[in-house]
Amino acid sequence: MPDTLLFAMEATLNGLTAGVMYALVALGFVLIFKASGIFNFAQGVMALFAALTLVGFQSGQIPFAHLINAVFGTRLHQFGWNMPTFLAIPATVLVMILLAVLVERYILKHLVNQEPIILFMATIGLAYFLEGVGDIMWGAEVKALDVGLPKGMSGAVDDITFAWFGYGFYIDRLELWAAGIAGILVASLTIFSQYTKQGRALRAVADDHQAALSVGISLRFIWVLTWSIAGIVALVAGIMWGSKSGVQFSLSLIALKALPVLILGGFTSIPGAIVGGLIIGVGEKLFDFFMQPVIGGATENWFAYMLALAFLLFRPQGLFGEKIIERV
Amino acid sequence: MKMTHLAAGIAATLIAAGPTLADTLHFPNLSYRTGPFAAGGIAFADGYADYFTLINERDGGIGGVPIRYSECETAYNTERGVECYQSVRNDNPLVLQPLSTGITYQLIPRTMEDGIPMHTMGYGRTSAVNGEVFNWTFNYPANYWDGASVIINYLLDENDGSLDGKKIALVYHNSAYGREPIPTLTRLSERYGYELLTIGVDSPGQEQGSQWLQIRRERPDYVVMWGWGVMNPTAIQEAANIRFPMENFIGVWWSGSQQDVLPVGAGAHGYKALAMHGTGTDYPIYEDLQRYVIEPGKYAGTGDEVGTVLYSRGMYAAMLAVEAAKKAQEIHGVAAITPAMMRDGMANLEITEELMVELGLPNFGPAFSVACENHGGSGAAMIQQWDANAREWNLITDWIEPDRELIMEMAMEDSLAFAAENAITPACLN
Repeated sequence: MPDTLLFAMEATLNGLTAGVMYALVALGFVLIFKASGIFNFAQGVMALFAALTLVGFQSGQIPFAHLINAVFGTRLHQFGWNMPTFLAIPATVLVMILLAVLVERYILKHLVNQEPIILFMATIGLAYFLEGVGDIMWGAEVKALDVGLPKGMSGAVDDITFAWFGYGFYIDRLELWAAGIAGILVASLTIFSQYTKQGRALRAVADDHQAALSVGISLRFIWVLTWSIAGIVALVAGIMWGSKSGVQFSLSLIALKALPVLILGGFTSIPGAIVGGLIIGVGEKLFDFFMQPVIGGATENWFAYMLALAFLLFRPQGLFGEKIIERV
Repeated sequence: MKMTHLAAGIAATLIAAGPTLADTLHFPNLSYRTGPFAAGGIAFADGYADYFTLINERDGGIGGVPIRYSECETAYNTERGVECYQSVRNDNPLVLQPLSTGITYQLIPRTMEDGIPMHTMGYGRTSAVNGEVFNWTFNYPANYWDGASVIINYLLDENDGSLDGKKIALVYHNSAYGREPIPTLTRLSERYGYELLTIGVDSPGQEQGSQWLQIRRERPDYVVMWGWGVMNPTAIQEAANIRFPMENFIGVWWSGSQQDVLPVGAGAHGYKALAMHGTGTDYPIYEDLQRYVIEPGKYAGTGDEVGTVLYSRGMYAAMLAVEAAKKAQEIHGVAAITPAMMRDGMANLEITEELMVELGLPNFGPAFSVACENHGGSGAAMIQQWDANAREWNLITDWIEPDRELIMEMAMEDSLAFAAENAITPACLN
């Protein structure tokens, strides 16, 4: 088999796993948009906030220590104990649920029936607020995140592909795990929305707010539920991306990776987020592989948007999005 | 009417209270404590601020005049950096630290026009070493081209003086900063016969899968990195993932701090980086810092960064600013110096090892002197290596000199082109 073909196959495989990482971020956007029609600008910052909180719990860091020290002249930093990961993750989930309750109580409740652009602007404000609170709460230094997920080259994939092709493919074990976790996440979300009372209520609200309200579904509860689930998805994305390169404030920029995925897959489709992520991942890796010698590297940031733009021309609603037909 | 009296009263009280602005030496810092690159910006800003606090607390300022330190938040964003400049330019700033190559490029023409000196230590426009064109910009003790040349000289030493037939990959931040070493490495590749492979990474650099797949395919002998922020730990992690030998992976001084290696853990063991100064707290100056700044709680930020690589860099930058101010006071015979006088101090700065010992920083930075023809110092740097077990950087070489002849030749070409474009007649100001 020619080397170029082998290398292209390796790039494709890596594109698929990278695509899953993008899809993990896109999922949070889809959940909130589907249930409430809000494009949540704060989704990337929620992933950062969740990861910061998880590391803070794991390392026994005192929240708001810097603020307390500045006000009271104390020198507090650590509780003096480390929280095991199996406790730190549920504790972080509780914080994300609390965040969802606060968002509903102090932002969304007051903006019912407002234009989508108003709600979008509110999430921009929320993004800045959360970034600032995250900084004050946990500090801005880079933090290592280790939840026990394996990292580095997968020996099994290397061995198998070497036996088949005489060239071992490189795949990051962390991204393989991410693919598995994303699969479990999507399956759980599907089961939840199809087979539970709350899930069906959530779908009803997504379909028609007014009709759902008329049959007694609490819109406020559904919003808290949706933002809680999006918070948990943000935590998973934060864990995966944070394990890759540490938890730092640039983590919030992973949201930029999700936008082309959403345009491509559609804002209202969970399978769309996954398929969109895979297409973007594979597309950008193959484009870089073939075009790098011609135009140089660093194509990943803009190529995803170009691909999304091309899709917009033919399918404005995305691959799996709902086609909106309005009477004029 | 009453309100007018009240306002006038408040203004009078404020003017009467404390030293007037003219009684202080203003050192502004265009810092970034927020945004995606905050982790690096905080450490530098803390070191810069703490040294000025030390000088105020221990020595009562410079030549008896207290230092006034201020920060303006840029978030490492060029537009905000220019706004910060506008906000401090009329506040008698003695020297500016733009802390970003992008901001530096924007401020060079503005500072030239306004007569405000700018210090871009280890970053910015490399050809600013030519003080005949860039009268107001200084980039001592080293610049990017020095860094690239030092790395090649180090690799020459490691390979018995020959890099013929070797392949060196440059992984760079796809920005004005990251592209700076490419001309030097290209020119040096023609001289030493190595093959140069340039691989760009878009900012911020969290996703580098394609780049490291390419490195795995191309199998370079060495990888050199010009990264910043999250790009650094991501690249080091990816290198560890593909099992690239860490001892053959060398970063510039902006890719060699604790923030870059700690998130990677054991995988970063053996990674190397340039060091333009020493690091750690094993210097006598830390006794004074402890006594006058840290113990009394007068430190900047949270005090967590003391002794780290980027804190040390901030402290070193402040030390060089203070020494230049002393020189300016000496030249002009006045304590309350102006930005123009400060420029003269910077242009005549001389750092000797005796002075470094006296300041409590023995062998911390290279000895160098500044002149109109050379605003860039010696250009020497050391190589440091990360020990993941001890979680510390170890210096593994002495000062390595760059190929200054080539760099000055390239700097002359670039600076004269800038002079021609901007109708500047190259000349020394003093």
